[in-house]
Amino acid sequence: MIPISAYLIVAAVLFGIGTVGVLISRNMIVVFMCVELMLNAANLALIAFSRALNIMDGHVFVFLALAVAAAEAAVGLAIVLAVYRNRETVNIDRFDMMKW
Amino acid sequence: MADYLYLIPLFPLIGFLINGLLLGKLSRSMVNLVACASVAASFVVSLLLFFDLKSLPPDSRVIEQVLFTWIPSGTLHVNFGFLLDPLSAVMILVVTGVGFLIHVYSTGYMKHDPGFGRYFAYLNLFTFSMLTLVLANNYLLMFVGWEGVGLCSYLLIGFWFEKKSASDAGKKAFIVNRIGDFGFLIGMFLIFWHVGSLDFRVVMEQAPIVFIAGSGLVTAICLLLFVGATGKSAQIPLYVWLPDAMEGPTPVSALIHAATMVTAGVYMIARTNILYMMAPDALMVVAIIGAATALFAATIGLAQNDIKRVLAYSTVSQLGYMFLACGVASFTAGIFHLMTHAFFKALLFLGAGSVIHAMSEQQDMRYMGGLKKYLPITYITFLLATLAISGIPGFSGFFSKDEILWKSFSSANGHPILWAIGFVTAGLTAFYMFRLVYMTFHGKERMDDETRKHIHESPYSMTVPLMVLGVLSVIGGWIGIPHIFGATNYFEHWLEPVMAAGKHFAPVHTAAAESGGASTEWMLMILTVVFVLAAIFIAYLFYNKRTELATAWRQRLTGVHNLLLNKYYVDEIYGAIIVRPVINLSLFLWKVVDVVFIDGFINGFATMYDGSSEFMSKMQTGRVRSYATLFVIGVVILIAYMVME
Repeated sequence: MIPISAYLIVAAVLFGIGTVGVLISRNMIVVFMCVELMLNAANLALIAFSRALNIMDGHVFVFLALAVAAAEAAVGLAIVLAVYRNRETVNIDRFDMMKW
Repeated sequence: MADYLYLIPLFPLIGFLINGLLLGKLSRSMVNLVACASVAASFVVSLLLFFDLKSLPPDSRVIEQVLFTWIPSGTLHVNFGFLLDPLSAVMILVVTGVGFLIHVYSTGYMKHDPGFGRYFAYLNLFTFSMLTLVLANNYLLMFVGWEGVGLCSYLLIGFWFEKKSASDAGKKAFIVNRIGDFGFLIGMFLIFWHVGSLDFRVVMEQAPIVFIAGSGLVTAICLLLFVGATGKSAQIPLYVWLPDAMEGPTPVSALIHAATMVTAGVYMIARTNILYMMAPDALMVVAIIGAATALFAATIGLAQNDIKRVLAYSTVSQLGYMFLACGVASFTAGIFHLMTHAFFKALLFLGAGSVIHAMSEQQDMRYMGGLKKYLPITYITFLLATLAISGIPGFSGFFSKDEILWKSFSSANGHPILWAIGFVTAGLTAFYMFRLVYMTFHGKERMDDETRKHIHESPYSMTVPLMVLGVLSVIGGWIGIPHIFGATNYFEHWLEPVMAAGKHFAPVHTAAAESGGASTEWMLMILTVVFVLAAIFIAYLFYNKRTELATAWRQRLTGVHNLLLNKYYVDEIYGAIIVRPVINLSLFLWKVVDVVFIDGFINGFATMYDGSSEFMSKMQTGRVRSYATLFVIGVVILIAYMVME
């Protein structure tokens, strides 16, 4: 049997890749994808714990998270689309009007 | 009975409210009518109450009317009430009577002044405050009146506030008075602390029980109250404001700075006579200060050239006489002189006002002379007042001044030296007053032609009050004719009930000294009169007959003359030792403590926050990625911290 630590390591690596991607990427779509990555890393961890502890609560959480992520993806992409139409760019560093 | 006592101060208050609130809306004649009628109404009520009081048996001549409880606060319980007894009856008659005449005179004097509404509003407010002062039944209410008259004095001295000297004089009067008020307040606190009440009647009843005669405590109280009196009544060392107060309109000088307000200190001491009788040391101080002021001010009066300044120093000097009388435990004589002085000094000032009016605002006597034929009514009334103040037998001033001189010689608290000072001052008074008369009304006409053309006798509104006061200056003293003339001293009997309580503390040999001295009294009186006549003759010689003599003496005594002309340099000395250090201290507090420390501290904080927020705001780049980075760093630190735990 694969030990739980293996799942957690994969989840951590995924989360780390996602975080770094959010921080360094300039493209909104990529940032968006990286956020999905972080979300799924969390899902993986939940499933792993659920399985290891033999409690079904983790599954419930994951289903909920998936449903929310789907909705969020739709809204998020719509926003990116609207931003692109307005400014003809999705470079996240160009959107810095909210400063001092 | 007599539940209309409150009307006396109420009428001038209403007059003040009407003239004050409708300032600029009323016509000139309306303002005059309101102002004069309100004081006249007070005078009528005062007269009615005086006769009410007179109809009572002497021992129960006290009418007290408590209107409401003013301050109910624990042990401090102060009523708002009025007290009418023989002493305050004299005062209200003087205040409303002389006050009314001066109001009438003012209608003529202020005819061409655009500020007449303000002037009469202040004048009514003053009358109200003064009546509150003399009618109050406790020290605190008296203090309200005391401050009220101080305020009005300030407002009226600085009435022509566009003139720098006038507004300065107003401030000077106010500040000097504040110094005196400080003593008054502390004295009042001490009384309350030990007696537990500020009510005059309670204090008078309790004083013999609570205080030990001659103790340090009662002496301290009396001296502190006397500090208040020196401020208000212009005695050494706080007299300096009164001569400067002459910047105000002349009727104001007559009403406030001669006849009424400045006598408040004398009234207060007479009112508190029982405490003073219990403190012989304080009485001695009062007598010495009074005598010293009388002599000091009289010598300054010798050399002044401004007609109003001569009268101002004369007022200071006469107030000194009143305090001398109080100081030798003869409060009755002090109040008597207060009353006669109110008549003749008001007349002198109003006469001087008439002269100044005629002379197109010229106040320097060196540019007057020969006015007798232009201003006959002014001249005659002025001469009557001068004879009265000089103490010519038969005129009012003679009786009151003689009473004071005799008491300062014969009273157990008196001393021949005090008498001698009073005696010399009497001569000086006669000299400088006749010098004034000769320089103003006699001799060569020294004014320029332009002024001469405009000289005219004043209108009836001004001359009629002069004539009334002239009559009073002559007959005012006849109610207090000394015993040795075989007459009854009505005035002394009238005030007897007020002074009775203090008599217990008088040293026992007083009666003996007074009974055995009839021939001495005659002798001293004749001596004084001869001295005064001699002084008048010298004044006649110097300033009318042979003016070159005066010039010669002035040259011979240049040093003394300059000293007197410059008022002993007292203003300069005060300026150097008090005003200058205070100004320097204030400058230090302003330039160093306030600007550098306090402002620096506050501004430093502001600068610090300004700089740090400038720096911190740089972190708000508006870039999502940098925010996210900081967020992640924060989360990492948080988790690390939790793991470490």
